[in-house]
Amino acid sequence: MSKPKSAYSIPGKKQKNDTHVIVVWVDNEAGVLARVVGLFSGRGYNIESLAVAEVDPKLNISRITIVTTGTPQVIEQIKLQLGKLVPVHKVADFMRGDKKIIFKEMALLKIVGNNVKRKKAIKFCKKFHPVVLDKTNKSVVIQITALRREIDTIMNDLKKIGLVSVSRTGAVAMTRGAEVFK
Amino acid sequence: MSKLYSGAEIVFKCLQDQDVEYIFGYPGGAVLPIYDELKNHESIKHILVRHEQGAGHAAEGYARSSGKPGVVLVTSGPGATNAVTALTDAYMDSIPLVCISGQVPTHLIGTDAFQECDTTGITRPCTKHNWLVKDVKDLSKIIHKAFEVATTGRPGPVLVDIPKDIQFQKTKYVSSIKRKKLNGKIHNKFNQSEIDQLVKLMVNSSRPILYTGGGVINSGPKASELLRELVSLTGFPITSTLQGLGSYPGDDNQFLGMLGMHGTYEANNAMHDCDLMINIGARFDDRITGKIDEFSPKSKKVHIDIDPSSINKNVKVDLPIVGDVSEVMLSVIKTLKKKNPNFASSNKEKTSKWWEKISEWRSVNSLNFINSDKTIKPQHAIQRLYELTKDKDTYITTEVGQHQMWAAQHYKFNKPNRWMTSGGLGTMGYGLPAAVGVQIAHPDKLVVDIAGEASVLMTIQEMSTAVQYNLPIKIFILNNEYMGMVRQWQELLHEKNYSESYTAALPDFVKLAEAYGCVGIRAKTPDELDEKIKEMINVNKPVIFDCLVDKEENCFPMIPSGKPHNQMLLGPNDQKENKITGKGKTLV
Repeated sequence: MSKPKSAYSIPGKKQKNDTHVIVVWVDNEAGVLARVVGLFSGRGYNIESLAVAEVDPKLNISRITIVTTGTPQVIEQIKLQLGKLVPVHKVADFMRGDKKIIFKEMALLKIVGNNVKRKKAIKFCKKFHPVVLDKTNKSVVIQITALRREIDTIMNDLKKIGLVSVSRTGAVAMTRGAEVFK
Repeated sequence: MSKLYSGAEIVFKCLQDQDVEYIFGYPGGAVLPIYDELKNHESIKHILVRHEQGAGHAAEGYARSSGKPGVVLVTSGPGATNAVTALTDAYMDSIPLVCISGQVPTHLIGTDAFQECDTTGITRPCTKHNWLVKDVKDLSKIIHKAFEVATTGRPGPVLVDIPKDIQFQKTKYVSSIKRKKLNGKIHNKFNQSEIDQLVKLMVNSSRPILYTGGGVINSGPKASELLRELVSLTGFPITSTLQGLGSYPGDDNQFLGMLGMHGTYEANNAMHDCDLMINIGARFDDRITGKIDEFSPKSKKVHIDIDPSSINKNVKVDLPIVGDVSEVMLSVIKTLKKKNPNFASSNKEKTSKWWEKISEWRSVNSLNFINSDKTIKPQHAIQRLYELTKDKDTYITTEVGQHQMWAAQHYKFNKPNRWMTSGGLGTMGYGLPAAVGVQIAHPDKLVVDIAGEASVLMTIQEMSTAVQYNLPIKIFILNNEYMGMVRQWQELLHEKNYSESYTAALPDFVKLAEAYGCVGIRAKTPDELDEKIKEMINVNKPVIFDCLVDKEENCFPMIPSGKPHNQMLLGPNDQKENKITGKGKTLV
């Protein structure tokens, strides 16, 4: 092996990456999303998806849900670094496979095609509570809520029968039962 | 109805309420209303720098040597961008700074107006927090909060961006609301069981070491006293990071010297072979750990830090204790005294073998160098400077490079807040403006910037500031005509291809000093060195001291790239051996 020409050490053993959902409660003020997102990009963390909206108009609190991947050490760092930001109130972290947590994504699907294809498309989506938001004699827009991979599958299926446009949200999460994350 | 104040007046009322005595700044279009108000506030003195980076570093020097936050005032656009280096430097080294920047009027924001830039956007990753003031009613609250954020928890820089129209608008003034708790950001919630665990580890350890950092300095002078008590109580060996120097006396027998890339042989080997490492206010920086996979493999690690995100970031530890190091050390001392009153003596036998081992490493005398009677060796120059200034309560700042490491190795500090150096960011050009800030905070003390000729040229314009305010700072340049550390790395790793690391056409530093209206002194040979240093100390004016040193000298000992602590290069001979065999094994 040649001598490393660097003042820095060589990366050590690689650990396994896990997918986590991080939920952050922040003051809804100018630049707060940039602070959170900038922290991720600046420190080299991943963002798979991101959903953000104000949840308490009175106290001006927004809830940011971020799906991210990283080693346990990285996930721990993400939580601690987020906790240091001044407008951040609290940070919650869930494993994607956690049974106590509900994850949902929403997708809008536009299908263009004849009556048979449109009907078929709605049937395909049956499992995910499809809502028809718009229809013409050529097209239909369907709204579904499901898990990420379920939407991936549906998209694949619908491609064959006239799916022309997709719009998806990032995942949002909530605990099951009466418990609330403090 | 209470009186209405303009935004500019409110800025000064806040600064007065925060007991600010000095502002380091540079005027410009977008801060003119604030500068206009300056004349009405005699308790606050403004130090006019020559470049906004200088303002930032001067404020850092002021903050580090006094323990108070440094205040910077700059204009919009280039004023703010010039301050970014200093803000980042303060962020990396946890120095409390409050930077107030002007901004174009609110209605022009986003129009690419003259001297407009997205200051809060640019400084977001290099401050603890920043604010763009959009309503004059928020101004006083924001400035007070800015001081609170900068000085509490792990300290750091903050920035308040004030558009010019806000500086003119009037509103009521809300004075400082002193709150202890800040949005849950201050962590001092360690409990007694953690302390008990730590004491248990200490009692059971036969090869312990204390590894202390800048957190001890940041925690205040009390922390250094407690550290000394803890060390004498336990009889443990102690090593310090670059930033922690001074928190424990550098000439004490229990002190192993600095650790890390250019740390001593005994400190690094002790870190590698210990069975208990107690990290107090340091952060396992990559210059400290060397190769992380082989970092201190046999030890239990304890990490005491006020910033929970510092813990387990680079190195996984066995016992984390989140809290102010002063309070943690106080608890440890109390518990230790209560449970094991005779700890030191009972521990002496247990650690005697460990101390023998340390003496063996010490006998290698890793800071040794081959002195010369023809040319001045840079290490010798620092040693002489130390001997001739050690009785004076001297404040030392440095630039970045070989001279910085030699200063850290050969200048022994006895008190905290006497050593100001850019460690985290490694900012060349830090030392001269920092010395300006230190001298402002301590007008009667001797302040020396140990510099390299390349670094000092980056902020040499601040000599003009020093002359304007009669600040008798001493710029002690170890002049080898090279960017020494760059040259050293090129020699070791790039087959002596000294690509662009030699500076041709250097100025005559003696004449340069005279041009600035200060005193220039040059030392060429070891014989005249002492006399010239004495001359420098006795001049009550700013001095540029051009010390012509050996051009080829390298900084040893050294942990080469990607190597663990126990594989150090000790000197030029080691290096040759390494070259011949071409193998990494350089030392037993």
